[in-house]
Amino acid sequence: MSGSRRLLITGGVALAVWGMGFGLYYALFAEHQTLDKIGGSLAASFRDAAAGDLIGSRASLQTYADTQFDYVRSVDVHSHWIGLAMLLIVFGVAFDRIRLDESRKLLLAWSLVVGSVTFPLGVILQTLDRGIMPQAIAAVGAGLVIIALAAIAPGFARTERN
Amino acid sequence: MSARRLLIIGGLALVVAGMIFGDMFAVFVLHQNANRIGEALMAACAAVATKDPASVTGHFSNIGSLLENRGTKVDAHVHAIDFGYLALLLAIIQPYVAFSERTRGRLAKLFLGGAVMLPVSVFLIHYVGLSYSPLSAIGWSSILADLGGLMVIVACLGVLAGLWRYARGSRETTSASGATRDQNWTSRALLSGGTLLILAGFLHGAYYAVFDLRSHETQDQVALETMINASVAQQNSASPNMRDARVVVEGYGMIQAEKAVNIAAHSHIIEFGLLAILLAFIQQYVFLSERWKRRWAAVMLIGSVMLPVFVLLELQFGLIAGGIADAGGLLVIIALIGMLVGALRYIGQVDARKGAGA
Repeated sequence: MSGSRRLLITGGVALAVWGMGFGLYYALFAEHQTLDKIGGSLAASFRDAAAGDLIGSRASLQTYADTQFDYVRSVDVHSHWIGLAMLLIVFGVAFDRIRLDESRKLLLAWSLVVGSVTFPLGVILQTLDRGIMPQAIAAVGAGLVIIALAAIAPGFARTERN
Repeated sequence: MSARRLLIIGGLALVVAGMIFGDMFAVFVLHQNANRIGEALMAACAAVATKDPASVTGHFSNIGSLLENRGTKVDAHVHAIDFGYLALLLAIIQPYVAFSERTRGRLAKLFLGGAVMLPVSVFLIHYVGLSYSPLSAIGWSSILADLGGLMVIVACLGVLAGLWRYARGSRETTSASGATRDQNWTSRALLSGGTLLILAGFLHGAYYAVFDLRSHETQDQVALETMINASVAQQNSASPNMRDARVVVEGYGMIQAEKAVNIAAHSHIIEFGLLAILLAFIQQYVFLSERWKRRWAAVMLIGSVMLPVFVLLELQFGLIAGGIADAGGLLVIIALIGMLVGALRYIGQVDARKGAGA
């Protein structure tokens, strides 16, 4: 098995295990509490308003928005890590069909693996810090995956002409 | 039937069933459910205006039930399709699972049993609830769904053990994968087309994350705050006028719809891309003429572009775009059924050969 294929398949399996582990941890220790907090704080904001407590209502609404922000990103990260892991494994199986030399294929494989790890990592870091750094990490990761995909697609098609 | 063929047939059938269910859900449940959530939110606003906190709780409990109804159906749709993908992936790696054919067949049956049980049970959660359940918080459907998930996990662990044995040098399995060497036109079109679909989905997702996601989140919060303020403003009125609150609730619905179509377009185009790549590997098990294989691949790719593009256009063009998106989904389903028929014919051909040999 070539180095690029080995990298994609082992990277994909490792990322899938990591993504599932993260999902399991989140489901067991965070998700139910988070969903309760989202529903509870939204209902509380309306209830407080009905009772004439507008300050309490705004505070509950802010809690709802903050919790929703974190929840959306946590679920996104879980699904993106596993989805990208599946893509790495599938590309690992098919990578010999790309008519490029092994060094370029290895570069593409590294680009895919590093991008697949860092893009969701940047997204989950946004739940800790809403500054520019986590967004930059996510953008660089997504950019690596996009560049690799743009190179792989014609690589598969090129086989036909050859 | 060999484990690989069982997984191919089962995987295709799961994807087709999941997609048909998704199409029916989109046509008959999704929009109606969204309208009911809007009505319940409007009722909560009216309860704020009449200073009735107890009613607010009741209306949000109703919204919770409606969200559960939608959530379980989306879960059933997604799990059936994703288990179908996983079945196709397991079929592709079968030559590297170093167990006897009998053991691999058992693992495949265990996987498919769980892959059917989980989505069916999840679908039933909303209807069965806690009826006859021995537990106070979890109903029979949830218990069976968890059992289905456990069966899938055990089967996957079994396959991993087989891969581990292969990596350590054991070669109980049959020939190496021909699927990875198959290089006909249909396979190549599905591979490059699938990669392009995933690329398009990634570009769209990146655009949405950079330009729309944060603004949607801010708009969401502002709309809820305005909704509450508009209701509070009517608290001292003898007969509250809920016109302003209704306008905001409708605007809030539009924000949710914008988010939903963007997420649906993003996820569908990437899922179809992945499906196209997986289908590229199983073309040698589709016993159809090359011309028909090309037709089904083209129909599959056209439908895979149509559905997400017209889902995105639904907000501008309404039901017409929605109808075209559904037609795109139908094209993918038809193509998958065509390939499923080809896979069944392949089995018939293998059986006929065995019969002739005997």
